[in-house]
Amino acid sequence: MNFDLRLPLGIMFGLFGAILVIFGAVSNKEIYEKHSLGININLIWGAVLLVFGAAMLFLTWRASKKAAPAKDQKKKDAR
Amino acid sequence: MHIQLGGIDYAILLIYFAFVLGIGWVLKRYMKGSTDFFLSGRSIPAWVTGLAFLSANLGAQEVIGMAASGAKYGIMTSHFYWVGAIPAMVFLAIFMMPFYYGSRARSVPEYLKLRFDEKTRGLNAISFSVMTVFSSGISLHALAKLMETLLGWNYDACIAVSASIVLVYIFMGGLTSAIYNEVLQFFMIVLGFAPLVFLALKDIGGWAALKQKLIPVATSQHFVEGTWTQSWTHMGSSLENPMGVGWFGMTMGLGFVLSFGYWCTDFLVVQRAMAANSMSAARRTPLIAAIPKMLFPALVILPGMIAIALHYSSGNQFLPIGKDGTPDYNMTIPALLVKYFPTGLLGIGFTALMASFMSGMAGNVTAFNTVWTYDIYQSYIAPKKSDNHYLWMGRWATVFGILVSIGCAYLASKFNNIMDMLQLVFGFVNAPLFATFLLGMFWRRTTGHGAFFGLLGGTLGAAIFHGLALSRGAEVGIKGGWIAKEFIFHSEMGQNFWMAIVAWTTCFVLTIVISLATKRTKTDQELKGLVYSLTPKPETAHEPWYMQPVTVGILVLLATLILNIIFW
Repeated sequence: MNFDLRLPLGIMFGLFGAILVIFGAVSNKEIYEKHSLGININLIWGAVLLVFGAAMLFLTWRASKKAAPAKDQKKKDAR
Repeated sequence: MHIQLGGIDYAILLIYFAFVLGIGWVLKRYMKGSTDFFLSGRSIPAWVTGLAFLSANLGAQEVIGMAASGAKYGIMTSHFYWVGAIPAMVFLAIFMMPFYYGSRARSVPEYLKLRFDEKTRGLNAISFSVMTVFSSGISLHALAKLMETLLGWNYDACIAVSASIVLVYIFMGGLTSAIYNEVLQFFMIVLGFAPLVFLALKDIGGWAALKQKLIPVATSQHFVEGTWTQSWTHMGSSLENPMGVGWFGMTMGLGFVLSFGYWCTDFLVVQRAMAANSMSAARRTPLIAAIPKMLFPALVILPGMIAIALHYSSGNQFLPIGKDGTPDYNMTIPALLVKYFPTGLLGIGFTALMASFMSGMAGNVTAFNTVWTYDIYQSYIAPKKSDNHYLWMGRWATVFGILVSIGCAYLASKFNNIMDMLQLVFGFVNAPLFATFLLGMFWRRTTGHGAFFGLLGGTLGAAIFHGLALSRGAEVGIKGGWIAKEFIFHSEMGQNFWMAIVAWTTCFVLTIVISLATKRTKTDQELKGLVYSLTPKPETAHEPWYMQPVTVGILVLLATLILNIIFW
């Protein structure tokens, strides 16, 4: 099947990460005092999700690059 | 308890469901025949099937139930993983998967048809179908109930919306859609709950402080100090621990019978491995799942332990109190989410929770539509139709399955601990089944009559035992004791584990006796690929060590052993 699941994973978590990072940067710091022990967890965890999403997209890109030349010789995709 | 979700939380929720439905929509054009719809065309890479294998089980009972058990019983809950699931998953990978995948059976009941006969398949197909729609209904109910309690959403509307989403993406993309969404959900759960564990553990002051704070939890319930933080020390008898089970009932009932019965014979999980793109990938599927599974107690049980410690040290303030005066353990995860997650991350955590309910439901629905179409419809109702006809049937079986699930959801509201109820159902249906498979796969003399009547006897044995046994303080009826109050257990869990042992043993003995008394109907030639001694072993010597199921399996078991020792 010619559909790499890492692509939607990458886009979705990249999107979630971006939303949290931006929100973490602009949000009122009081909510972190109230909930997450004063830690701006939105900013931190948003960055983690962003990195995860980017890694997934990178893997998708690498697999498609590998698959493209291989496809000409053999009809086989990398994943 | 009440949660106020912010706009950003709703945005995350909506984005997630857009992706879920989007995956179904993209996959729609790949669904050309029934094999694509029910078996993903056997074309999925091992890492995807592996994570889906794990995730299909990560429904209501895992996230909410395991955290509830973590609060109720402490670290002993880890036996569900380190004694139960992991060894069973390794066994499936090494010994059983070659027959499932190698026989080209399209479902577990179909394997039974190839190995034994039509009636054994029929019995399993029907009981399994009932069980899957039942489980799917439980997931649905749990989800709607939770949303009603936490967000004040309308119960009926919640059922309608979540059932429709599951319906749409399975209707479009079949098993592949379910599998892909399960992987999405796996990452949601892991990435959504990891910060929760981090914050909660940091708040309570780390593992050492948690151990201290769990001492009064144990002593106030008249147990020894370390009962909540030592997994094996207090298993000497069923009186020493809150689970109310001794080491024998636990290792045999949960570890051997229930877990092997579930992980090795339940088509819901096995179907994921069957969708893998090669024999090697199919065998690696449960092993890939076993590695994160081993660490899941940190994600689902640990939060429960922290929650109960917080509950006690805050003067019974943390968890809401149920009608019977005890804490409402099923509220463990929501209570932690509300406490530690600010709006934003709350959206992620909440979405992860909803996703787990829905994929738990989807897993059951895909298993149901396959068994219904191949093992019931094609076998008994409308054989020899075109493949397109079965694809059409599969789609409508999905609709039908979801409608029945909705009915079951309304039924499920009678029970308070989802997990105990699931265990009960598994006890009736799954516990004897593993004896049938064990004998079928490893003893060529096992006959169709032996398997069928053994299975029937085992299920009946379970029912009779259930009628004779009751846990302390429980009411006669659905909880047992409806024949006589012959055996009294310290807990419902103990009762379930022993019921499983009885069912398995009855089935095992009956199958052997009847097999010896009846004539073999299948020759050695016919059993090739279905029975261990008659099947050539899959050749893996040319693969690197990390691709070899036996090597990886042993490493996984060693790691599990170490975990057991650390938390002994």
